[in-house]
Amino acid sequence: MSNTAKTVTLNMGPQHPSTHGVLRVILELDGETVVKAEPVLGYLHTGIEKTMESKLYYKALPCTDRMDYLAPMSNNLGFSLAVEKLMEIDIPEKVQWVRVCLAELTRINSHLVWLGTHALDLGAMSMLLYAFRDRESIVEMYEACGGQRMMTTYIRIGGLAQDIPKDFEKGIRNIIKVINNGLNDYETLLTNNEIFINRTKGVGVLTAEEAISLSLSGPMLRGSGVKHDLRKANPYTGYENFDFEVPVGQNGDAYDRYTIRVEEIRQSLKIMQQAIDGMPEGPYRAHVPGIVLPPKEDVLYKMESMIFHFKLITEGFKTPVGSVYQGIESGKGEIGFFISGDGTNKPHRVRVRTPSFINLAALPKMCEGNMFSDVVCAIGSIDIVLGEVDR
Amino acid sequence: MEDKLREFFNNNFKDAVIKEDKFRGDVSYYIKPESLFAICEALLADSSLDVKFLSDITSLDWLNHEEEKNGRFEVVYNLYSISNRYRFFLKVRLDGENPNVKSLVDLWDGADWMEREVFDMMGIIFEGHPNLTKILTADELDGHPLRKDFTLTWEQPKFTWNLDDPPEVIK
Repeated sequence: MSNTAKTVTLNMGPQHPSTHGVLRVILELDGETVVKAEPVLGYLHTGIEKTMESKLYYKALPCTDRMDYLAPMSNNLGFSLAVEKLMEIDIPEKVQWVRVCLAELTRINSHLVWLGTHALDLGAMSMLLYAFRDRESIVEMYEACGGQRMMTTYIRIGGLAQDIPKDFEKGIRNIIKVINNGLNDYETLLTNNEIFINRTKGVGVLTAEEAISLSLSGPMLRGSGVKHDLRKANPYTGYENFDFEVPVGQNGDAYDRYTIRVEEIRQSLKIMQQAIDGMPEGPYRAHVPGIVLPPKEDVLYKMESMIFHFKLITEGFKTPVGSVYQGIESGKGEIGFFISGDGTNKPHRVRVRTPSFINLAALPKMCEGNMFSDVVCAIGSIDIVLGEVDR
Repeated sequence: MEDKLREFFNNNFKDAVIKEDKFRGDVSYYIKPESLFAICEALLADSSLDVKFLSDITSLDWLNHEEEKNGRFEVVYNLYSISNRYRFFLKVRLDGENPNVKSLVDLWDGADWMEREVFDMMGIIFEGHPNLTKILTADELDGHPLRKDFTLTWEQPKFTWNLDDPPEVIK
């Protein structure tokens, strides 16, 4: 801490419980007022984009889990869709419905962790316990699908890693029930809680113009009153078949972002209900020999499948020269994969447009001129995962 | 929207556009770097196109590739129109010796961090950027990691060992 004539410079983080990881913010304070806030990033930088350049497309996919580790399926989906766009692969209908169901499940997962930690930052400890209690049913579903609780890598290029488990439908219906009950608990605890309202209303305000100029996306953008959701605007993986609302805020403050995220959980449940009710039958992977891995059952009994499997794992597939971009709406905002193929079997460049990184750029604008105690609330309301910010 | 955009470029910036390209439904315009700022300014001012959202800035390195003849570096601007639900790309090619292009921070606040990241990872200079410093990599790191000629066998900052100073066991 150093003193100048008027202001005090205070270092916050990187090891600080309410920075959601290893975010460091250098704050310049005039008394209790923040004059300048400067985020310092890179403590978790692992060069994922560079790593992916040296891997075959199938082997680059697990890297995406490690970015936003609270929403692995969304990242898998974004990367898979981008590669499928590059290779022009048509996806079976059942896979699309399962993907929608899992992407919404992931949104709930991401929002629940956010809700718990954000409330914890503001002093409501029991909220964290409720959120993690209900999240348990979701990670158990992940385990049933992909075999892991967090780094699932379940959504693969051309389909899914394996067929959905036998009790998928039962499990999803159970989750819908659990989260529906849980939502009542959360809303009773927070929505009309005077302390929570005092801590969040009018904090971290961003107008619609500022939000667009800062390239924000997801609940950050919608909280400021801009009705933009890629699921509605540019539907992917069959979202046009589902009926749901896009909640929009008015004031652009932390409280609006809270109400939007809670409402989004509700809408996600609605989409999951539709997906599970109308789930079609079919294969769990597209049949495109030479590009999409053959199903495991075939690999064990058919020679051609065995050869394709071996060739794909060792050599991969060659892409055309050209670049594609596929953006999807993850829980945190628009996560986009820009993949440039150069005619070889490895990506020439993979760029991930991560919502956390770009939304975090709004932090100085949200803090400057406001009270020091609101910095924690502002960071919380952005919903960042540092693995995704630093990559 | 696609026709409107082509009309916009034909009417105002006929000389600035090098090539129009459509690949897998993604429309991109290769433009001259010196007219980038003017084009973005005009796009922001055009109310019918309503291109207000700068989604992303990224860059490519075409070293030792056939594409290198058009310029080694490529900076990609990912623009989106919220009301028209339309995405397109502006691409500029820069030479390998002195890659620089005008910064868009004056037009979009969000360009600040995106340009800093491109500078950090690829070493492209954005002229007029108020604070063009490293953002993700360590302060001690020399070079720009996403360039194709970045040495991968050399660990920096050094935590373990590098090739020409092997640890005791290997000596």
